[in-house]
Amino acid sequence: MTRRLVLAPWTYSFIVALAMWIATTAYSGIGSAGSTLAAALAFGAFSVVIGTGQMLVIAAGSGNIDLSVPSVLTLAAYVSMAVMTGHDGMLVPGLVVALLVGAAAGALNFLAILLLRLPPIIATLAWSFVFQSFAFNLGGEATLKPPALLSAFTVWAPGGIEIMPLCVMGLTAAAVFVLRSTLWGRSLLASGQSEPAARLAGVRVWRVRLIAYAGCGTLAALTGFLLAGFSGGAALNMGDAYLLESIAVVVLGGTSVAGGRANAVGIWGAALFFNLMATMLNTFRIEAGIRLMLTGALIILIIAIVPKPRAA
Amino acid sequence: MSDAARWSGLRAGRQRLRDAADIALPATALVVMLAVIFWIRPAAMSYFGFSLLFKLSTPLMFAALAQMLVIMLGDIDLSNGAFVGLVTCISALYLGPQPMLAVALFLLAIAAYAGFGLLIHVRQLPSIIVTLGLSFVWLGCGVTLLPGPGGTAPDWLIGFMNWRPPLMPLPIWLAILAALAGHFVISRSSYGAVLRGAGGNPRTLQRAGWSIAAVKTGVYAAAGALACLAGVLLTGLTTSGDPNVAPAYTLLGVGAVILGGGSFSGGFVSPIGTVIGALTLSIAGSLLSFVQVPPTWQIGAQGVILFLVLAGRVLLSEKAP
Amino acid sequence: MSSIAAMSDHATNGTSASGRTATDLLEIRGLAKHFGAVQALRGVDFHLAGGEIVGLVGHNGAGKSTLTNIVSGSIAPTGGRFAFDGREPAIWSPAIAKSSGIRCVYQELSLATNLSAAENIRLMHRSLCGIGWRARARALVVATLDAVFPGHDIDPDRRLADLSIGARQMVEIACAFSQTDSAVRCVILDEPTSALGHEATTQLLAYVRRAAASGLALILITHRLNEIIEVCHRAVVMVDGRVVAEPETAGLTRTALVELMGTIEVPRQAGDRSAAGRQDRIALAHSGRDARDLAIRVAAGEIIGFAGLDGHGQRERLRAMFAAAENTAANGAAFVAGDRGTEGVFALWSIADNLTLRSLPSLSRLGLISLGAARRLAETWSAKLNVKAPSVDTPILSLSGGNQQKVLFARALASDARLIFLDDPMRGVDVGTKQEVYRLLRSEAEAGRSFVWYTTEFEELRNCDRLYVFREGRAVKELAGASIDHASVLEASFGGGDV
Repeated sequence: MTRRLVLAPWTYSFIVALAMWIATTAYSGIGSAGSTLAAALAFGAFSVVIGTGQMLVIAAGSGNIDLSVPSVLTLAAYVSMAVMTGHDGMLVPGLVVALLVGAAAGALNFLAILLLRLPPIIATLAWSFVFQSFAFNLGGEATLKPPALLSAFTVWAPGGIEIMPLCVMGLTAAAVFVLRSTLWGRSLLASGQSEPAARLAGVRVWRVRLIAYAGCGTLAALTGFLLAGFSGGAALNMGDAYLLESIAVVVLGGTSVAGGRANAVGIWGAALFFNLMATMLNTFRIEAGIRLMLTGALIILIIAIVPKPRAA
Repeated sequence: MSDAARWSGLRAGRQRLRDAADIALPATALVVMLAVIFWIRPAAMSYFGFSLLFKLSTPLMFAALAQMLVIMLGDIDLSNGAFVGLVTCISALYLGPQPMLAVALFLLAIAAYAGFGLLIHVRQLPSIIVTLGLSFVWLGCGVTLLPGPGGTAPDWLIGFMNWRPPLMPLPIWLAILAALAGHFVISRSSYGAVLRGAGGNPRTLQRAGWSIAAVKTGVYAAAGALACLAGVLLTGLTTSGDPNVAPAYTLLGVGAVILGGGSFSGGFVSPIGTVIGALTLSIAGSLLSFVQVPPTWQIGAQGVILFLVLAGRVLLSEKAP
Repeated sequence: MSSIAAMSDHATNGTSASGRTATDLLEIRGLAKHFGAVQALRGVDFHLAGGEIVGLVGHNGAGKSTLTNIVSGSIAPTGGRFAFDGREPAIWSPAIAKSSGIRCVYQELSLATNLSAAENIRLMHRSLCGIGWRARARALVVATLDAVFPGHDIDPDRRLADLSIGARQMVEIACAFSQTDSAVRCVILDEPTSALGHEATTQLLAYVRRAAASGLALILITHRLNEIIEVCHRAVVMVDGRVVAEPETAGLTRTALVELMGTIEVPRQAGDRSAAGRQDRIALAHSGRDARDLAIRVAAGEIIGFAGLDGHGQRERLRAMFAAAENTAANGAAFVAGDRGTEGVFALWSIADNLTLRSLPSLSRLGLISLGAARRLAETWSAKLNVKAPSVDTPILSLSGGNQQKVLFARALASDARLIFLDDPMRGVDVGTKQEVYRLLRSEAEAGRSFVWYTTEFEELRNCDRLYVFREGRAVKELAGASIDHASVLEASFGGGDV
């Protein structure tokens, strides 16, 4: 028996992220290392929350994907900001409303898939148009301001330790636990590998997927709630960047597009990679076009050089 | 035995009904929408009215056909819209002054498309993520060439898009030609069977001695060429280039393919259905402004229309299970 | 039955009239193939002449599929010599193999199900192109189907996805035998009859004999040893990647063939269980869809068999009963699928994960799984079914087909379900595994579990207490105990008497 050192696929994005951090630090001096990382962790946390939701859906089986996450994010941010109207005391009701909006949106997504037998891409796309219209009518072009306490929480860093990214790491740990040792997590991965086999093994596939979509909507809404606090309010285009990014971080993080294999920890690597690359290219003062090209090329490169896990 | 024959004969009849329903569905939706528009605005029922209504459908139709080829292989192309945007930049910058350079760039871009199709096959990569990366690459190329909307389309191209052929407006002629050509090549020809077979079960093809790599490369190249055509025609319509002009084409194209009876499972696509689907989606916007949906609700109403039309599929398939 | 008599006539004729040419069409010496550390073939000698039918037998994982995949060009060997038609080709690929006249019917259905039969046959023949190709392809597929399976009612323009598995297998076989510009010289049939009904099987074997008489060379792989003895001239027995025996089939008995494979067959206990089955405790009663469709009741401790020609509604009824039992029966029901690849195995998971999935609800509290208890359950049942693997953490796909099927049985048996549905689970499983599983089923039934078992192999019906025979989508006849025999099952399947 020969043993070879084989890196798990999801470690690649961590390695690339580390390389970019080193490159940025080398360019702009050791003093900036801490702040670069802190910024990447803070921005990355949002990608991780929304990516974790997307992961649940993608793991639910081939073809499952949620294209409505940006509009759910925006809608939840608008609704919760409208409920709180800038008052700190309304923080908890605002959060609850945001999460409910997200869960309901996710459930609606799944019901369209189930009842109208639509491919998830189409069903979630159609809903995203509807959600977008709701957000538009709720807030219009105006930016709704968040309560001061929420903004303070998202940037709270006692002793230099950022609290929000830490909480998100807790979320990642919870996701790992749920996938590994709960009935729902196992049922989700089983449904993702083979729907007929799962059904014949007694898994209620549609119930499992309903929860996955509702969970995805909830996490997208949570992202919207936090992002509105972080960036100073709900705005119409706040979710746009997350459409492609939420998918990219999940797949680069080692979750199988074919379903059945999920990796929550890997999402952090991919999210850090995305944000550190943006920082690095900014630092090097590379213009927008080239920056986009490099981003795309690196996504393809990472996915192409990562060795494939053995599977059917 | 006669009982068994009748039993399976009945099922065969149902199958044909369902096949026809795949195209009947978007066609019915299109007719209903046109009927509503003409009822509200009878003046639209004219040569000029038709040209105006379907003006924007031509590029979307070709982009949707490009998407259809990729979906036929069981893949999906998320870079389609960004690619069309890049093509408008090249067309607006070079097609007038340096046509040879423009054509060379187009060929290069098509070759790149084919190359990525080959990469997806050779490394067995998920097309969704590779084309997602590609969408950044195309957008980056476009932004580098032309940071904002600009350039001008050559006069011959603008002239062509404004040409008024006899009998029917240009968009209708092009739709009919594209649908028939697509139907002949994909659904009827012997090589079309090979292409659909590659999407349905690539191993069958491989075992029968065909090269899947060649098929994939060729189909991606054809998809690139069709998307290129869509970009050039779009430039003729808008008369300028813009890297961000067509991001919606990606998902609208997917919508048109599905509306037209296609499926993501590979090998099930209908060129005629796709063309009708693209026409339907492109006049949905006009319909909404005709029935005076407030602008803030228009995009949501488009989602609702998508649901309504596709819900028809469920009703049809429930009648013929 | 007259067809059976005609069949055995043919068999004797076929064997005596085996015209063999002096030179071998296919000649293989010392062929070796390894996949990583796994040695699939360890120096195989094999030869085949035109007009000869060779039966390839052996357990799952003995190397039969590897050997035929090398012949058909899908896999490159790692050692040995290979000659076709007296020449050693420098390169060998599926395309070259095909143009040399080698055709293969694969174990798993390998057609494009989104295409029609006519379009599928076009994929096999490059010359079917240009104007009028569709009419020519249609004519070719219908003519070949008529020749092999006279009386078939397959529409060449229907998508295969809408045909039954049996009909798809018939189309696949027709594609392999169809001929256009290049001659067909050697056809490999890998488990061709596992998806076919009785009539189609008889037709195919008769056609194989006729084809060989006209000079075609054939390799037949099947777990139904009677077919080998009936139709082949020579059997080639493989064990662990080697050829261990090459007996002529004339005068060979089934038992002797099984012994050559290294398994001793347990004498069947036909009729033993007729007294079993406690009719007083009904586990499930399921009414038919109309008056002509029999109601099916299952008593505790009973093994119920579903018989009849393949594709006559047995699967649909089995699934409907499973769905009903899941909701009504205490502890629900469990299902063992025959189509391992799509309906049974979770490809990314280990043996333990695959085995415990059905039992997780009873191993968890408030949705949290007790991982320790799950592991103990996996180890217990993996040992009980004698699954051959280093540990329960072994990925399920690294097991042979038979062992994967054992894990699927263990999944159902380890669960708390009292009612277990079997959907032809022994398809393509070797004799040894079958015997082990039959024993286990009987002892579980003694302990009060009930089984509903659909099978395409008549021998398996002997394990059942009662049978329901299906025809044209309905359960038409109930047979019990001593009245379970070949003739009465066939009669009910074909509707003799009451039509």
